[in-house]
Amino acid sequence: MKNIYWQLFSTYFKIGAFTFGGGWAMITLIEKEIVDKKGWIDKEEFLDLLAVAQSLPGVFAVNISVAVGDKLRGMKGAVAAALGTILPSFLIILSIALFLTPDLIKNNPTLSSIFKGIRPAVVALIIAPVISSAKSAGIGWKTFMIPVAVALLIWSRLPVVSNPILYIVLGATCGWWWLRRHRATLRRLEESQKKEEEKKL
Amino acid sequence: MIYLRLIWSYLKIGLFGFGGGYAMLALIEKEIVGPGWVSEQMFTDIVAISQMTPGPIGINSATYIGYVAPGEYSEALSSPVYGILGSILCTLVVILPSFLLVAYTSHLIHRHRDSDVVQGIFMGLRPVVVGLIASAALLLMNGANFGTETTDVLWSIAICVAAFVMVHIIKWHPILIMCLAGLAGWIIY
Repeated sequence: MKNIYWQLFSTYFKIGAFTFGGGWAMITLIEKEIVDKKGWIDKEEFLDLLAVAQSLPGVFAVNISVAVGDKLRGMKGAVAAALGTILPSFLIILSIALFLTPDLIKNNPTLSSIFKGIRPAVVALIIAPVISSAKSAGIGWKTFMIPVAVALLIWSRLPVVSNPILYIVLGATCGWWWLRRHRATLRRLEESQKKEEEKKL
Repeated sequence: MIYLRLIWSYLKIGLFGFGGGYAMLALIEKEIVGPGWVSEQMFTDIVAISQMTPGPIGINSATYIGYVAPGEYSEALSSPVYGILGSILCTLVVILPSFLLVAYTSHLIHRHRDSDVVQGIFMGLRPVVVGLIASAALLLMNGANFGTETTDVLWSIAICVAAFVMVHIIKWHPILIMCLAGLAGWIIY
């Protein structure tokens, strides 16, 4: 059994080295490595961590790795995961800055054709977790409208309603309120059942 | 002192940069191009390079700007040693605020895992997160990623559909799919 910190670091190093197109594109890769292969956390927990990572400021990809690392091994785990995530980009960018001129990368026809192929694939890598996360979130026909409305409103780029933070606050408030009401009803049901039983006795 | 000012700027970027990479770019531009540490042209170059290299764009740009800024600030600091120091500082500082926030929040949540409040909050958040991921996919289906000419768009759609089948149905590893997509791009274009 290899050291868990080393495993966290190396797994996130791999993830960091293959993240194109920002944090959202990492989700499929992270899910594959952390949930499917390593089994460090389950799918539902993963979704909750995504919510935390998105609700807080900073680089989304790093936030996810910190949340997972912290969950597994506390502060030390978070440091190992965060360093693993940033090290590949740090090394790549630093070597470009040290040894190459920007034009060499920017106007390189081979590189740009490779990236023309990678970019649409990145979009596919973001569509895939939409479906898998809908399953683990327990989305049915009734709750189907929530993610659809959220996605379309954010996509609309309209002022105010396209701000993702709005939906995080709304979702958290509604969930809290709903469960509180729901729990109260459940308790009332239990109590009335008890009373009926007492009457019978 | 240039390093203290860089640290201060990147602390602000790390603390107020909500919504991931591209949303952070506007803030980075204001903090970095505003004081004149790098030119507008160089900033555009940095963004282009960050997009063409793996890794989160917030990290990539921090590393690059941290390297370039000391030399741009003063001739005396143009040696690579000062640049490397700057890039290490910027990269670490940009993740510091969110690192602490995320670690602390995770602790809180973990401790109150079974409380009604935390459970309710996450119950409400789960469908929203699904929507957020979907919106990220929608937002990326644009000219910059799919091309603007008809043949480019058609090829892009074909690659996108093929990649989706590979990742979701055949369940291949995402890294393999990225490599294949890059290879396809190299052959096609």
